[in-house]
Amino acid sequence: MKYDPFVLPFISGMAFVLIVVIGKWTIWFKGLPFSDKKKFLNGLFSRKFIYASREVVSESMLHRKVFRSNFWLGYMHMSLAFGWFLLIVAGNLETRWYSHGTINPPWYPIFFEFFVHDLKELPYRRFFVFAMDFLLLFVLSGLFIAIYKRYRSGFVGMKKTTRQKTIDKLALTSLWMIFPLRLLAESFNAGLYDTGGFLTNTLGHYFARFLPLELLRYPAWLAYSIALGTFFVSMPFTRYMHILTEIFLIFLRRFGIREKQAHSTFTDVELNACSRCGICIDKCQLSSDLEINNIQPAYFLRDLRDRKPDLFKTETCLICGRCNTSCPVGIENTNIRLNERSIHQFFSANAYEYIGKQEVKNGKVAFFAGCMGHLNPLTIKAMLTLFEKAGVEFTFVDENGSICCGRPLKLSGNFMAAGNLVAKNKDLIRESKAEILVTTCPICYKMFRDDYRLDIPVYHHSEYLLKLVEENKLDPGFSPSTVVFHDPCDLGRGSGIYEQPRRLIARSYSLVEADHKKKDSLCCGGSLGITALSGENRKTLTEATIASLTLNHPEIIATACPLCKKTFAGQADVRVADIAELLLEAVDHKPADHKATSVAMHKPADCLEEVEI
Amino acid sequence: MDKTVAVVGGGVAGLAAAAALNQLGYRVLLYEKEAFTGGNVRNWDRLFPKARNAREVVDELASSLTGLTEIATGTFVNSVKSTDGLFEIESSGRPAYADAVLLTTGFELFDARKKEEYGYGIFENVITSADLEKMFASSGKPLMADGSEPKKVAFIHCVGSRDEKVNKPYCSKVCCVTAVKQAVEVREALPECEVYNFYMDLRMFGTGYEQLYKEAQVKGVNFIRGRLSEANETRTHQVMIKAEDTLVSRPLQITVDLVVLMVGMSPAGSTMTILKSLGLLGNEDGFAGIANAHTGSTLTLKKGVFVAGACSGPANITDSVNEARAAALRIHQYLGGV
Repeated sequence: MKYDPFVLPFISGMAFVLIVVIGKWTIWFKGLPFSDKKKFLNGLFSRKFIYASREVVSESMLHRKVFRSNFWLGYMHMSLAFGWFLLIVAGNLETRWYSHGTINPPWYPIFFEFFVHDLKELPYRRFFVFAMDFLLLFVLSGLFIAIYKRYRSGFVGMKKTTRQKTIDKLALTSLWMIFPLRLLAESFNAGLYDTGGFLTNTLGHYFARFLPLELLRYPAWLAYSIALGTFFVSMPFTRYMHILTEIFLIFLRRFGIREKQAHSTFTDVELNACSRCGICIDKCQLSSDLEINNIQPAYFLRDLRDRKPDLFKTETCLICGRCNTSCPVGIENTNIRLNERSIHQFFSANAYEYIGKQEVKNGKVAFFAGCMGHLNPLTIKAMLTLFEKAGVEFTFVDENGSICCGRPLKLSGNFMAAGNLVAKNKDLIRESKAEILVTTCPICYKMFRDDYRLDIPVYHHSEYLLKLVEENKLDPGFSPSTVVFHDPCDLGRGSGIYEQPRRLIARSYSLVEADHKKKDSLCCGGSLGITALSGENRKTLTEATIASLTLNHPEIIATACPLCKKTFAGQADVRVADIAELLLEAVDHKPADHKATSVAMHKPADCLEEVEI
Repeated sequence: MDKTVAVVGGGVAGLAAAAALNQLGYRVLLYEKEAFTGGNVRNWDRLFPKARNAREVVDELASSLTGLTEIATGTFVNSVKSTDGLFEIESSGRPAYADAVLLTTGFELFDARKKEEYGYGIFENVITSADLEKMFASSGKPLMADGSEPKKVAFIHCVGSRDEKVNKPYCSKVCCVTAVKQAVEVREALPECEVYNFYMDLRMFGTGYEQLYKEAQVKGVNFIRGRLSEANETRTHQVMIKAEDTLVSRPLQITVDLVVLMVGMSPAGSTMTILKSLGLLGNEDGFAGIANAHTGSTLTLKKGVFVAGACSGPANITDSVNEARAAALRIHQYLGGV
């Protein structure tokens, strides 16, 4: 006997979810732009396929990235995903072993013990029953953490967990029911027929003492089947769709497919791949410092997936990228958000026509300070002096005031208007006939690198100054001052530059680290990515970031971004300086004694000495 | 009566309070961290609205002190401890006890370098309003770094005031009228020199201030409503400034020989140190907190601790002196004199 009507809920659920998933995958694939389809087909027959499969195991099964966030959180995800997977595999193997390799109907391995009671004769039976019981226990241990997490999320390192919708809660309940019900059904079976291992047999014999197992056996298996069926049916409508979508996303991404400057079906794949695990919520400074708890990707992506985008959520984001680097699924959260912002932007084609042509001199190195850079004359002065000292033949392309690089417009979603500025700046850069472009602003840098398609290399000044030092064109001395480096969002997470500025500082200063550093660094609070944030709220963010930076009591906060510098300077009690200023001081072998000058600044009489000759 | 009041800060408020307390018969311990009393006013040349000599005001207040006041100059108060209504003053001098404490710690000028885009400390012809006063005191006119007379001077209002970006959201009250006064003085000293004042609003709240503003206009001072966005040094060490004329909604750019930054009032560092040692808090701007804005501006939340002058927020000399005398009366009440 290999069939009983109680398997029907499971079978129908399974069939339903399979049809839906295949349908969705097909629709998503069909909707991809032609170039992406080509990438996909090429990818299938390349080494990328192997890499993708490996990633499916390490991320979808083992949840390696979640482990990095917190051990118990990782264990919880792994035991549920990998444990369940192994349970299915082991169940299949056992069934095959029993039936001598013949193909069985799909429900047969799942409800194997309902149908088969003569397992005692099976060779190596002890191994199988032990494995099955062990794996079930493994999954149950994860389930225990999952339930515990609902009440005490701090245990898995989370301050906040995602608030779920009713349908998600229903799916969650059915998922949680599956494994205890399986335990019961198998235990009842084991109590009657001695089919179980260390767990189910023990429980079964215990139950047999006071329960009418003959009567309870069938309802238990039926309930198990219903729980499975309910969960499967709920999958396409809930966050559990991520289980079946993440695998597809991993392949797409490994084949080189990314978010473009508008939503596509790739976006849909990403939206469906979000498990709403909630890791992004704690990582978001708007949550941790300002108690804004409804705009994080877990919620923002859910609204998009439900086709109910919320303008407030779309616009309330620092675009700092902390959610991107912490996302275990690797969803391009900020790019999706910018594309969503672009839908709400209106553009006049002749915007910025009034900007006239600027004069530009020729030079081998084009230096671009940017509009924020012009608010930091000390940095500009330091750069110009360093160029001269290193004998660099340079031209200051935006000396007479700069045209914005376009990134603030891009961050607001106005891609077309940004394009007009890009065109104007490209002309300026081209006219300088420079061979490389150097900018002190990470915001401009990211824009130049990602959106300008320049035919000359672009350097952030942290890279370029380090190059000059390493080529011995500059010879910095040593200073006993302790310096902490603040990773600007667009330089670190945005462009992947973490080491160059640190190496540059460490050559002359004693480098200390912040509480949150590199990928985990905080936004200074001056973010251009958000316009809907009050000055008070920005101040709160800045305070928290300064607290993180000054954890090890540095004498100087070094930045490599004019915006971060300006934001900190207004609030920090310690000196804030750009890496170019610090390098110049080191090159001059006389690091400024900031304490002495700051006292002098409070005495007008002393200040006068500086201006009189 | 042999009761002692410690007055921390020997600026105009401290001097006025000490004199008033002396007249009421109290012994006063007057602490001043600098070598001389007179505070910030001492560094000023002439005062609005009628160009009175600043030194004269300081001298007048100082001369009304009696032998009951013991002045400890060059003495920095670190903390004040209160036990059973007696206050122990811990300073860089010898320890002392007092029956009441009056904070007249005043203000510090905003560090203009925090507004880096204006170029103070970077461009040689960018100075502060305090630097200009020194010039008036020493040479009677503004001078460029190379010693020559400027032909164009720009005054930039609200540097370190009404500016959330440098964490100074409040108005410093007196810089508007100071800028107008200094603009008039520049025009008087160098009649050929063009003067531009870049302002947000002109807050001419005191008697005679509005008249001074009118006088400035008559004397040819140009007033442009708009905040500076940035300053750049030209090759000839002039300063090119960019701003928006918000009255005509147009960006503008001019090159001047000298830029004067009207630096605002920031809380003195010692104010918070002393308040904290007493378990008291500052207000939202970092100045000393007061009991209430209307009827308790010289009281704190701790009995026996009083404040007066600019230590509780930007104030002009008139208000500082009045508040100091009011505080003296409050102290008199507290010590049972009334």
